[in-house]
Amino acid sequence: MSDALLDIRGLSVYFFTPEGIGRAVDAVDLSIAPGETLGLVGESGCGKSVTSLAVVGLVPSPPGRVVAGEVRFLGRDLLQADPETLRRIRGREIGMIFQEPMTALNPVLTIGRQVAEPLVAHLGISRTDALKQAARWLDRVRIPSAQKRLGSYPHELSGGMRQRVMIAMAMICRPRLLVADEPTTALDMTLQRQVLALMGELKAELDTAMLLITHDLGVVAQTAGRVAVMYAGRVVETADVGPLFAGPLHPYTQGLLRSMPLLGAGRGRLHEILGTVPAATDPIRGCPFAGRCPSSFDRCRHEAPAMETVRPERQVSCWLYEDSKQETTG
Amino acid sequence: MTRYLIKKMVSLAAVLFLVSLTVFSVLFVLPGDPAQIILGINASPETLAALRARLGLDQPFWAQYNSWIGSLLQGTGGHSITYDMAVFELIGSRLAVTGPLAIMAMALAVVLALPLGIFAARHQNRPADAAVMAGTQLGLAVPEFWLGILLMLLFSVHWGIFSAGGFPGWDEDVWGSLKALFLPALALGLIRTAILTRLTRSSMLEVLREDYVRTARAKGLRERTVVYGHALKNALIPVLTILGLQMGQLLAGAIIIENVFSLPGLGRLVFQAIGQRDLPVVREVVLFMAAAVVVVNFLVDLSYAAVDPRIRLDGQ
Repeated sequence: MSDALLDIRGLSVYFFTPEGIGRAVDAVDLSIAPGETLGLVGESGCGKSVTSLAVVGLVPSPPGRVVAGEVRFLGRDLLQADPETLRRIRGREIGMIFQEPMTALNPVLTIGRQVAEPLVAHLGISRTDALKQAARWLDRVRIPSAQKRLGSYPHELSGGMRQRVMIAMAMICRPRLLVADEPTTALDMTLQRQVLALMGELKAELDTAMLLITHDLGVVAQTAGRVAVMYAGRVVETADVGPLFAGPLHPYTQGLLRSMPLLGAGRGRLHEILGTVPAATDPIRGCPFAGRCPSSFDRCRHEAPAMETVRPERQVSCWLYEDSKQETTG
Repeated sequence: MTRYLIKKMVSLAAVLFLVSLTVFSVLFVLPGDPAQIILGINASPETLAALRARLGLDQPFWAQYNSWIGSLLQGTGGHSITYDMAVFELIGSRLAVTGPLAIMAMALAVVLALPLGIFAARHQNRPADAAVMAGTQLGLAVPEFWLGILLMLLFSVHWGIFSAGGFPGWDEDVWGSLKALFLPALALGLIRTAILTRLTRSSMLEVLREDYVRTARAKGLRERTVVYGHALKNALIPVLTILGLQMGQLLAGAIIIENVFSLPGLGRLVFQAIGQRDLPVVREVVLFMAAAVVVVNFLVDLSYAAVDPRIRLDGQ
C-alpha cells in the first residue's frame, strides 16, 4: 500500500534490561490510510503502546531501542529522521492522546497554556492568539465556560474533562494522524461513549487518521474501521472490523472475542484463555501463542508462522490457514 | 490565607515560648557562676554577691524568667554583660554580617546546584553525570572548616586575592566587606551545592519519567521547554524544602566558618557569649535563631503555593 499515510514495516523494539533482552515489538507491520481508523488490540504488555511510541521516537531509551524496521509517514522514514524533524512532526502532524488523564497533564501549568503550547511551538502563533484558539478548542470539545477554564489547573477538572483537554491539545494543530493510547480506559462507561463520539466527530471533521490502541474490543467495534490484533509483540491478525467480529481467524482473536461479556448472553462464566503470556525476555521458538492455543500442533512449537493474506483484506499469522494462503497483491 | 497566617503566628509564638523556656532552664542549671567568670577567681565573696544581685542571679527561677520575658515583651531585651550594650543592638550588628553571608552562600549554592543537577539528570548514567556525582560526593565528604582553610590558603595566602579573615564593616568599606564575605560564603555554599545538586538531580530524574513529560514531548516541544518549562517547576518542591532548612541553619550563624575567618557574625557571638557566660546574649541569640528558622520555613510554605497550584495554604 503505497498510498498509506503511515506504513510500518518490520518494526522491532527491544528492551535491553539486566534480566535479558525483551522483545517488546517484534517485526510488526501496520498500515493506516489517510482518514482511516486502525484499532490496535491486545492485552496489557503486548507491545501496543511501545509500537505507537516508536512511531514518534519516544520509546524510553535506555532501556528501549528500535532495532529494526521502517516507519514511513508521508513518505519519510521516521526512524531515520533526525530529532529535530521528529520534534516538528510530533504534535503537528501526529497528535497523541494518552491513557492517564490524571497524570498526562502537567499539574503545575494552566490548562490554557498546555492546550495552546503546540500552536506556539509549531505554528509560531503568539501566546495571546494561541490562547484564544485554545479557548475555542476547549469549547469545541464541550468544556463548559471554556474561557474561564483556560486559567484552571488539571486538578480542578474531572477525569472526563481532562481527557477532553488532552483531545483538544492533540488536535489543535490539525494533525494528519491521531495516536490514541487507551484514551477511554480510565473513564467510566458513559464518559467513554461521550469521549469516543467526540473523537469520532473531530476525526471526521478534520479528516484525521487514527491509530486507536486499546485492550477493549467494545471500543474497537464502536470506532475502528480496521483492526490489528497483537500478541506478545507481534501482530497476529488484521482485518476489517465487521469480518473480524463475525469470524475471527486466529485462535487468540477467537479467545479474546469469546472472553467478552455480551448483553443478554446469560450469566455463565466468561471464557478465559488458559495460561499466561510468555515474558518478553523468554526466547520464543515457533508461534508465541502455541503454548496457550487450543488448536496448536507440533509445527506451531517449532516454526513461527508468517503473516499471510488468507482472504481479501485479511491477514493472519497461523499455521491453521496455510492451505487458504492467497497470492499477496502488491 | 488569613486563617493560615493566624495559625502560623500562633505556632511561631508557641515555638518561641518553648525555646525560651528551654534555653533559660539549660543556662540556669549550667555549672559555672557567671559572676565568678566575669570577676575572675580572685574576686571577694562580697563583690560576687553584689554582682549577682545586680544581674538578678540571686532571684528564684521563675522570677528571673518572668523578668526576662517581660523585658522582651517590652521590646527592650537584655543587656550584654561583656559588651555593655543592648542585646538587640548587638544582634542587629552581627546580623549585618551573618545575613549577607547566608544569602551569598545560598545564592551561590542555588546558582550552581540547579543547572548542575538538571545537567546530571539529563545525562543520567553517562560520564558527565558520573563526574558531577563524584564532585558532589567530595563536597559532602569535605568538612566546612577544612574547605574554608583550604580556600584561605589558596586565595589569600598563595594568590593574595582575598583577605585571610576579618571584616571591615559595611560603613567603612562596602566592596571590602563583600570581598571579606566571599571566601566564607564559597566554603558554605560549595558544601550546600553538593547537597542541592544531588537533590535536584534525583527530583528531576523522577519528574522526567512522569507521564506529563512524555505528553510535553509528544506535543513536539523543544527539549529546553520540556525540561525548564514543564519538568523543573515540578522538581522544585523537594529542593525548596531543603533550601529552606539550609537557609534557616545558615541564618542561625555558621559558627565554625565565622571562627575560621574571624567574622563578627551571630554564630561567633553566641559561641563567645557561652564561654563568657554572657547569659542575656546567649538566651536572646538562641531565641532569635529559632525564630529565624520558623520564619524561613514559613516563607518556604508560601513558595510551595506559588510553585504548585495544588497546594492550598488554607488546607480545604
